[in-house]
Amino acid sequence: MYRNVSIKYALDWTTVFYYVVLILMGWISIYGASYDFDQASIFDFSQRAGKQFIWILTAFSIGGILLLIDSKLYNIFAYIIYASAMVLLFVTIFAAHDIKGSRSWLVLGPISFQPAELAKVATALALAKFMSSYNYKLKNWKDLFPLGVIIFIPFALIILQNETGTALVFVAFLLTLYREGMKGVVLLILSFTVLLFVVTIKYSIVPIQVDRGTLGMVLGMGIILVMQIGYAIFFGKNTKEALYLLLGTVVIGGITYLLNIWFYVSYNYVAIFTVVASCIYWSITELFYRYKKYWFLVIFSLGSVVFCFSSDYLFENVLEPHQQVRIKELLKMESNLTGAGYNVNQSKIAIGSGGFWGKGFLNGTQTKLKYVPEQDTDFIFCTVGEEHGFWGSTLVLFVYWLLLMRLLRIAERQRDPFSRIYAYCVASILFFHLMINIGMVLGIMPVIGIPLPFFSYGGSSLWGFTILLFILLRLDAARLEQQQ
Amino acid sequence: MINDELQSRRYVVAGIISAVIVLYILRLFTIQIIDTKYKNGADSNAFLKKTQFPPRGLIYDRNHKLLVYNKPAYDIALIMREIRGLDTLAFCKALNIDKHNFINRLEEIKDRKKNPNYSSYTPQLFMTQLSSADIATIQQSMYKYPGFYIQSRTLREYTYPFAGQILGSIGEVSQHKIDNDDYYKPGDYAGRDGLEYTYEEQLRGEKGVEILLRDAKGRIKGKYENGKEDVAPKAGENLTLTLDAQLQLLAEKLLTGKLGSIVAIEPSTGEILAIASSPTFNPGILVGRQRSRNYNSLLHDPTKPLMNRATQGQYSPGSAFKTLQALVCQQMGGITEHTMFACNGPQSYPVKCTHHHGSPVSLLSAVEQSCNPYFWNAFRSTMERNGYGTRNINFRTTYDEWVDRVKSFGLGEKFKDGDLYEQSRGYIPTQKFYNRVYRSEKGWRAITIRSNAIGQGEVSATPLQMANLMCAIANEGHYITPHLNKCDSMLKKIHQCKVDKKYFPVVFEGMWRVFESGTARASKIPGIDMCGKTGTADNSHGKPHSVFVGFAPRVNPKIAIAVIVENAGFGTTYAAPIFSLLVEQYLKGKITRTELEEKTINTVTNSYVQER
Repeated sequence: MYRNVSIKYALDWTTVFYYVVLILMGWISIYGASYDFDQASIFDFSQRAGKQFIWILTAFSIGGILLLIDSKLYNIFAYIIYASAMVLLFVTIFAAHDIKGSRSWLVLGPISFQPAELAKVATALALAKFMSSYNYKLKNWKDLFPLGVIIFIPFALIILQNETGTALVFVAFLLTLYREGMKGVVLLILSFTVLLFVVTIKYSIVPIQVDRGTLGMVLGMGIILVMQIGYAIFFGKNTKEALYLLLGTVVIGGITYLLNIWFYVSYNYVAIFTVVASCIYWSITELFYRYKKYWFLVIFSLGSVVFCFSSDYLFENVLEPHQQVRIKELLKMESNLTGAGYNVNQSKIAIGSGGFWGKGFLNGTQTKLKYVPEQDTDFIFCTVGEEHGFWGSTLVLFVYWLLLMRLLRIAERQRDPFSRIYAYCVASILFFHLMINIGMVLGIMPVIGIPLPFFSYGGSSLWGFTILLFILLRLDAARLEQQQ
Repeated sequence: MINDELQSRRYVVAGIISAVIVLYILRLFTIQIIDTKYKNGADSNAFLKKTQFPPRGLIYDRNHKLLVYNKPAYDIALIMREIRGLDTLAFCKALNIDKHNFINRLEEIKDRKKNPNYSSYTPQLFMTQLSSADIATIQQSMYKYPGFYIQSRTLREYTYPFAGQILGSIGEVSQHKIDNDDYYKPGDYAGRDGLEYTYEEQLRGEKGVEILLRDAKGRIKGKYENGKEDVAPKAGENLTLTLDAQLQLLAEKLLTGKLGSIVAIEPSTGEILAIASSPTFNPGILVGRQRSRNYNSLLHDPTKPLMNRATQGQYSPGSAFKTLQALVCQQMGGITEHTMFACNGPQSYPVKCTHHHGSPVSLLSAVEQSCNPYFWNAFRSTMERNGYGTRNINFRTTYDEWVDRVKSFGLGEKFKDGDLYEQSRGYIPTQKFYNRVYRSEKGWRAITIRSNAIGQGEVSATPLQMANLMCAIANEGHYITPHLNKCDSMLKKIHQCKVDKKYFPVVFEGMWRVFESGTARASKIPGIDMCGKTGTADNSHGKPHSVFVGFAPRVNPKIAIAVIVENAGFGTTYAAPIFSLLVEQYLKGKITRTELEEKTINTVTNSYVQER
């Protein structure tokens, strides 16, 4: 049975409410951030706040239009939208003007926008369509491959536009894939890789006893051994093996330490030797007890060793110099408060100086004195922190949390997998932006220039997030139409 | 429900999201409430980054005499928002300005059209380049004027009042430069012209920064972390010039009261020993607050003191060109060492001779006596060495070759690999030029362009090029790009001339005879073998320019000089004594003929020339 339900009735007004609240708070913050002594009105269209007002109005109209489109069209045209978005991304690489090294902005008359924003929507639609198709189930590694391709194409194209930060957003889809059946171990491996990378890079400059290896490599190997022990206990249910391994490691470490009094031994090689030895031990155990699970452990451990070795190389040759410096700043490996560390230090000072109650609307000195760069785009959260203090910042985070929880709830109430997967995509993208942006401002994430959804100044990102959200609202509204 | 068993994963996703948000709230709690590093009570600390300007590099002459150094100067800056309770009258009195100026200047600062980077929160320059005397009165009472600050800087100071056009000056950077180079901020100073411009990047050094803390009201609360993060300014590199201060001083003195130019180069290295242009000015007058007034008066002076005649003035080389003509015509086979031509003195046709000597003349005597008909004949026989051919083709290819060989001596083009600011290219007319002027390829022949034979007509050169020509002759066929920076890399810029070595001795001999028995015999210095050539360049501005070029000593030349005195008359009378005095100064270290020196200095050929 097909029921035509009025959109007014079916629309999830709670989400719309959170959306409007965030946009208004963002607008006020932009006014505060770009406020100048002589400036008068929030509606002064030559100023950023005034311009943002226009973007907000246009975003509302875009949202309204999206609600009027038949929900089935999104499903039907998902691949076509995806394909056109990819073409647009590709064209942008060549057609866009070079702005500070990035070629991602298309200019059409008075408006300029980033096709990458559209690509997020398109990729979410394509993923939803592919995963919801009748004969698809995400069970094996093999099933993951086509999804990887769908995600990788926009990722690579955006990297080619020199917008590494925006490209990283596509990593967020892993959260959706996890919900839809991807093995949880992928997320664990990802976290483990990040941990290993951070540790080896951060301590690679710390020598042990002047010239006997580096702390980074030894700690890296240590983490791998700890991982093996954990695996043995939790997955292998074998506490005895784990204990043997621990004992062996301690013995090797002790002997090396003693030997180092008379002979030169590099701890790097000792650590690697220990991991290789443990792998041999696991292989033997495997052959004896026919524990299939240990093969994975051996391969993964050896892979990690190679990764530790190449992380220095990756860091210095794959990452660009400014990215290296940002990571070094974050890991406190070097500190240059007038150079690369300037932004984050200023943003921390601005937020920290806000205290509990904040300095009051339009009274922030840090942001007013233009100490924080990009204070109305990527660093907009500073203004909230400085002027409205701890309670204001917490309130903003709370509203984001409410919105995200609402989106998860919307997702789970869908009958159509297409809508559910799309909803998870939306939640994942918003969450990733929130995590990176606020983490960066608070100095616990590297400086990656991506906007805070609904908050940051700029028409392109506001439209992008609005489109993302309102397609979901339209799909959600249609759930009542499909009732039997 | 297909993925029923996966539904519980929603809690994992929700958990991750909630965990991150809780983590961030905890982080906010730490930096906003627990950590006092970021907040000192209700007042916030804010950085004031104060730029520390580096001292500019010093400039020395070739004997390591200091020519240009720095003296302290002060700027007064203001932060509009911090000005309160200002006693305008007292402030103006202390700074010795009137109230009207004060108000105007404030309006100017606030005007975003004139000052696009204006912000009421950041320091804006109010007055610049005050001397310590200007600042003395206000310095003690500065605390009475909140919002105003004194910034220190340095200004240029000069040991000798010379070489204004060469050393150049410093001025506020243009918007164009700010846009193109991240180093500059509005209000910075940079080299505007001359060496200060050419070697700006070397001389400027690197700016430092001092990080100060301010409270919410903008009051300075001391250094951030006791200056741990400050960056000390890096002084600019010093520059050693090839100039010889004594020679430069003498050159400018000898040009007093005249329009003209002197360039002296060491032939073996291409190092410019002296480069003078008259009228000139004391570079010190373009420093500090008087700059714009003095600059305007220099700009509107009809004798054009801002123009560096040594590199920008284009003159007909006149008879000085004959030395080159003698070389090129030999090389191209138009004449040999022994070729003779008849000279009918003033009755010669088509080119007259103004000197008195026997006929026929040889190449040697032609150089010595500056015989016009000889060089016309030599030029013609060179141009027409293959006959006219049909439609003049042979002649024109020969002419191209002549242009090419003449240009190989550094004429007709700027020295692109040198370090001289603002050069003119001079002119060696091309075939194309004549085709255009005479409307067709057949419209001109050797006789049409006969003036070129004797360095008149369309041929022109700067004094620098003429001095360089002498270097090329003194070196017997090569020259090093004339330059001012005394460093080894410049010495590698060697240019080969397209005339063989064997053709030079006869020209040397001829030029030597100019001093022994020729046109410049009156200027000979006993004990020094000099080579030279007088020139009397006709021009459309009045009396001919007096030209003299040459080098000394004849064996192993140490100095090559070109002297031009505008509208003075014969080369023998004005330019030759100047040449002679310079050679004496450089080779002997002092001048014994003080009477000649005195007389030359006091000769005035242009009454409009002012001393500055």
